[in-house]
Amino acid sequence: MSKSANIKTGIMAGALAVSMVGVGFAAVPLYRLFCQVTGFGGTTMRVDEAQAATVQESTKTMVIRFDANHRGDLPWDFAPERPTDTVTIGARDMSIYIAKNLSDEEVTGTATFNVTPELAGKYFNKIQCFCFTEQTLKPGQQVRMPVLYYVDPKILTDPNTKDIEEITLSYTFYPVDQSDK
Amino acid sequence: MTTIAANPADFHDHAHDADHKPSFFARWFMSTNHKDIGTLYLIFAIFAGIVGGAISGLMRWELAEPGIQHLTTWASMMKGSGANLDEAYHMWNVLITAHGLIMVFFMVMPAIIGGFGNWFVPLMIGAPDMAFPRMNNVSFWLTFVAFIMLLGSSFVPGGTGLGAGTGWTVYAPLSTSGSVGPAVDMAIFSLHLAGAASILGAVNFITTIFNMRAPGMTLHKMPLFVWSVLVTAFLLLLALPVLAAAITMLLVDRNFGGAFFDAAAGGDPVLYQHLFWFFGHPEVYIMILPGFGIISQIVATFSRKPVFGYLGMAYAMVAIGVVGFVVWAHHMFTTGMTVDMKMYFTAATMVIAVPTGIKIFSWIATMWGGSVTFKTPMVWAMGFIFMFTVGGVTGVVLANGGLDDNLHDTYYVVAHFHYVLSLGAVFSLFAGFYYWFGKMSGKMLSEALGHLHFWLFFIGVNILFFPMHFLGNSGMPRRYPDYPEAFAHWNQVASYGYLVMLAGVVVFFINVAYAFIAGRKAEDNYWGEGATTLEWTLTSPPPYHQFETLPVIK
Repeated sequence: MSKSANIKTGIMAGALAVSMVGVGFAAVPLYRLFCQVTGFGGTTMRVDEAQAATVQESTKTMVIRFDANHRGDLPWDFAPERPTDTVTIGARDMSIYIAKNLSDEEVTGTATFNVTPELAGKYFNKIQCFCFTEQTLKPGQQVRMPVLYYVDPKILTDPNTKDIEEITLSYTFYPVDQSDK
Repeated sequence: MTTIAANPADFHDHAHDADHKPSFFARWFMSTNHKDIGTLYLIFAIFAGIVGGAISGLMRWELAEPGIQHLTTWASMMKGSGANLDEAYHMWNVLITAHGLIMVFFMVMPAIIGGFGNWFVPLMIGAPDMAFPRMNNVSFWLTFVAFIMLLGSSFVPGGTGLGAGTGWTVYAPLSTSGSVGPAVDMAIFSLHLAGAASILGAVNFITTIFNMRAPGMTLHKMPLFVWSVLVTAFLLLLALPVLAAAITMLLVDRNFGGAFFDAAAGGDPVLYQHLFWFFGHPEVYIMILPGFGIISQIVATFSRKPVFGYLGMAYAMVAIGVVGFVVWAHHMFTTGMTVDMKMYFTAATMVIAVPTGIKIFSWIATMWGGSVTFKTPMVWAMGFIFMFTVGGVTGVVLANGGLDDNLHDTYYVVAHFHYVLSLGAVFSLFAGFYYWFGKMSGKMLSEALGHLHFWLFFIGVNILFFPMHFLGNSGMPRRYPDYPEAFAHWNQVASYGYLVMLAGVVVFFINVAYAFIAGRKAEDNYWGEGATTLEWTLTSPPPYHQFETLPVIK
């Protein structure tokens, strides 16, 4: 029970506490990674062209619904071109979302997205999309934003997802406060 | 001990008699003596308990009848002018927030860890003091400042009205974009300080228990209360920093344009809930484990037997601590989890019932065949075992992800956690208080008043909390100041229960006053042969510096 032994134990215990603060902050990127890997909470997957080219088409089809929302203080009109598509599982499909700035000022927005049922996130692969990229629209300007995606045929073999007949892809646009930048 | 005599400060004390005490200000405001700091913690916790208990009284008063009776009046009093209904509702949120935070961080934790832990861990392991006496002092005063800061937050704007109305969980986005004004920042800062104080205290306990046990006191000979504080200290060390990180992120989101929990900028409010409950679930064991330790000492003492299954009891607490870290998401069953995740968290949560059951059955086995005497601490301990079991059973019910969809955020949950905390942790606190008061003060409490206090409190809290099971099962949600007529009956009963409990608390304070004015002088070991731990070998109260010659444990 010498003083130096106490200080040693105390420092070790203190270091444990400090490292747990680190773990707390590390949880932020780890949680994002966890969502991206597992599709948790309906997080969709990102794939590149090369990966997408290897996918086998299945004979089954699935209905994809497109949902568009925007927060009330964003003066935009935001809607999908077609509300639904019937796609062959494994085949690529392109859907277009149209956003129009209704105000007489330049407005910047950014979108979040997910799919429901949430379990389908793991199998919803996007090759190209407009997620989290800032869109700046001039007064009255209208843009067409494409989403290129396919549904992974593995969805048919996963017991948790094989009964899914319909997936909804949802986008929500939020205004980006330019004064912060 | 040459190492001690080499310290000039200690040398000064040795030059006088062993019981030399510093002047009043130096003794109580700059205290480094573990018993004095323990006393400060206990007085502080009693005061905070009065504040937190008075707030729950206000809430039961408002809830006694359907409709808004008094809330608008109180909100107007706080504001100084007429408050509208929204401000009255905000006042309700402030009340539930303050009640939760005060009872968790400023009543139970300071009393059970700061108070009894500081007083009796060094005594029970035969140590002269805590390992870091000055850090011990820092812990107490940080807790004190944190409490003042939390109370102060009630008087500054918090969005819709005065004060922080976020609930004790401080969920985003209500605590970020939903609460404009300094009140929530103050409350968060108060949590930072209280958390830092507890982490320092945990470092102190771990060092003391690992390095300062008397010769022969191996880990497996330590009294169970010391084991319980050791496990609790590790839980504090692992859980509180995560809370600190989470609420720091809240501050960044609130004040520095961060977006950790803001969905609009790619954050996720559910992440906050994960971080909070990674702390929050171990936190409930932090509040109850030292209580388990106290109950083990008391049951053994008044059964005049060593506790049944000592090693099983010690490692059951370790097991509860370890498993307690991997069950947090059972607080979040309704946030949209997959069936697989619900299955895991349901099963893992139910596993905790096993070590908890080991403890309950071992206490009963300790009493079995013992020569049990029903002194006040023992009736409180038996009350604890009964009530905690009731709360544990509803806990197993709530652990079911499927059932929880229905019961989440209803009064059933309120009933559950008050049975394990308000009736579990608080009963263990009163049990410990009646058990050790004579040792701490040198005066004996009245047995008759102690029993009266027990029965009033026991009947009161059961009338108060048991009907909440019915209310929750019928779908009454938590955190509302108003409810439909259909819930009126059991709410009224519950409010009457509060009054019975209040009468019990009054008897408690009369008893304490009685002890100081006319209490019999306490002998060294006033509980007799059943009390075998080291604190009973000392005088009551113990000398200012004890164990100058270390005891040797055979």
